[in-house]
Amino acid sequence: MSGQMTLTPRQRQDLRIIAGMIIPPSEEYRVPGADDEIIQADILATLGRDTRPVAAALDHLARLAGMPLADLAPDTRDGVAQQFRSTGGVAAATLVRVVLQCYYRDDRVLRSLGLELRAPFPKGHVLPDGDWSLLDPVKARAGTLRRAP
Amino acid sequence: MKDPVDVLIIGAGASGAAVAWSLAETKMHILCLEQGGWMNPAEYPSTGRDWEAKFYGEWSSSPNVRGRPEDYPINDDNSPIKVVNYNAVGGSTVMYTAHWPRLHPSDFKVKTLDGVADDWPIDYDALTPFFEENDRMMGTSGLSGDPLSPLTHPPMPQQPMGLSGAIIGKAMNKLGWHWWPSDTTVATMDYEGRARCINLGHCTPACAQGAKSSTDITYWPHAVRAGVELRTHCRVREITTDENGMASGVVYYDKDGVEQFQPAHVVIIACNGVGTPRLLLNSASGRFPNGLANSSGLVGKNLMFHPYAQIYGYVKEPTDSNRAPPTCLWSKEWYDTDLSRGFVRGYGVQFVRGAGPVFEAVVSEQKGILPWGEDHHRVFRKLNGHRLGFSAICEDLPEEHNQVTLDPVLKDSHGIPAPKIDYTISENSRKMMEHALARGREFLETAGATDICVNSPIPWGGWHLLGTARMGTDPERSVVNEWGRSHDVKNLFIVDGSIFVTSGGVNPTSTIQALALYIANQMKQRLANLFD
Repeated sequence: MSGQMTLTPRQRQDLRIIAGMIIPPSEEYRVPGADDEIIQADILATLGRDTRPVAAALDHLARLAGMPLADLAPDTRDGVAQQFRSTGGVAAATLVRVVLQCYYRDDRVLRSLGLELRAPFPKGHVLPDGDWSLLDPVKARAGTLRRAP
Repeated sequence: MKDPVDVLIIGAGASGAAVAWSLAETKMHILCLEQGGWMNPAEYPSTGRDWEAKFYGEWSSSPNVRGRPEDYPINDDNSPIKVVNYNAVGGSTVMYTAHWPRLHPSDFKVKTLDGVADDWPIDYDALTPFFEENDRMMGTSGLSGDPLSPLTHPPMPQQPMGLSGAIIGKAMNKLGWHWWPSDTTVATMDYEGRARCINLGHCTPACAQGAKSSTDITYWPHAVRAGVELRTHCRVREITTDENGMASGVVYYDKDGVEQFQPAHVVIIACNGVGTPRLLLNSASGRFPNGLANSSGLVGKNLMFHPYAQIYGYVKEPTDSNRAPPTCLWSKEWYDTDLSRGFVRGYGVQFVRGAGPVFEAVVSEQKGILPWGEDHHRVFRKLNGHRLGFSAICEDLPEEHNQVTLDPVLKDSHGIPAPKIDYTISENSRKMMEHALARGREFLETAGATDICVNSPIPWGGWHLLGTARMGTDPERSVVNEWGRSHDVKNLFIVDGSIFVTSGGVNPTSTIQALALYIANQMKQRLANLFD
């Protein structure tokens, strides 16, 4: 596994491309793709302990492509991406998770999902108390707690 | 050399806090050594926009992933269930779901009732007053009167049903199956200085609101005010013994990494079902060559985890997602033995309300139900905020080959040998898990769920660490007696989940703490002849 603590320019380029293949932009939902500049910056800024496995995943991706993914013709990238997804193991799973965790905290994405742009604390959320008469059949059926001798 | 203390407690988690608080009234000099530190709720994940991402790093439930200085590594490669825990003042109560069932009376008599494992040397009634005391101290919420659970008296009302609860209740009613609001340690009203739950939703990795009970905010403030000394960032390496075979104190590393010796008249271990056998095995000596308190050879044996069989799906209606505590309802429909099911004993069920967007995306991608490419957005919107889950907590029976030993190579940051786990899921448990998954599927289909997925077992589901220093009256078949004292070392006590004889089919923390209070009470009653 790579021991590096930052991604090389080639790795960054491939990360952007594979992220965009995982989540492309959508006009219908008015969201950017995961290759968006702001999301990529968030990924790079927060990689931290995941840098090594992500670098290893990107190296694996380049090996599958036989060259940097960025240099591969766009119409042949899909096959490589599928192979990467099925053979990449823990390192590939880490890369995908890193992409998803940054994508799904982006303001534009959360807005599109109808979610508030904030941390859970301190506002919290309101929960309906619900209709506890739903328990009536359970109470009517009762049952018996198994007794110990 | 330091002055000896009357009582030295190792570990400030669920059981260590309870035993410290209970013994404080004796006015003895009580010292607790804890390898972690005090928590700072201002730094808890739910205070930041990256609250979900933290669960994959510094707030992972796995000590191997977290790798904080306070953690010790665990070799669990040879186990399908990985150990999860937390090391700090409050221990794993800082990081748990706050689900609060207790063992049933029948759980203490499994040999008599079902002809398997062993009966406990105590019964449910012996623990009843301590369950009640503990519920008051931890501050529980729930609805008294569940016909299929032991009678409890939670001081606070149950959590709101929410959107998920209503869907769950309707489906269970259609099937004619038992369900009930869970007892939890989530404060549903202001309670003893704790603010009420505001549904931060991300309960498991610590509660920034302080609504979820953890012993750093319940027992410990009382214990410290009563005079108990709590020394943090102190990792115990071994318990020492004197020429009479009595515990004489502990060797530990202080916050600066300096080796220290602390003499003590009584030593109480509260390090959980992995940490406790690790410490006893690391305390081997010429007199105790197989580890301390291990004349039975059972230290580290009979590890029980509770294999979780989890099944979940997606309904059309919105669920509570991350906008509520993750658990709110339980079922005891399949708790007791029914041999027609093809296995002995049973399981409790905790229903799951949902997940946050990052967790949903990551898990669904891994499960292969969330595609890459153009269709990603449509599918994600179908899944996110619509998850409903059914998790069966399957009773694990004790088997000696499931064990904690010392890893010959792996060590913690102080060079102390780390624990190694060898564990397999038994045939009985597998049948139980299959049964639970089938019932869970019926439930989900009745609720209208699709895209059904299974985690069986939940791989990172080794929350419940039980059985590795079991209690009993026979010194050849148990490590501690019926009131928690080592058979071999008369001033050594164990109060954590390692003393469980069997595991039941419920989350164990309520019972662990009731046991700790019971043992403390036994000690107080026997102070004049504690070592006889």
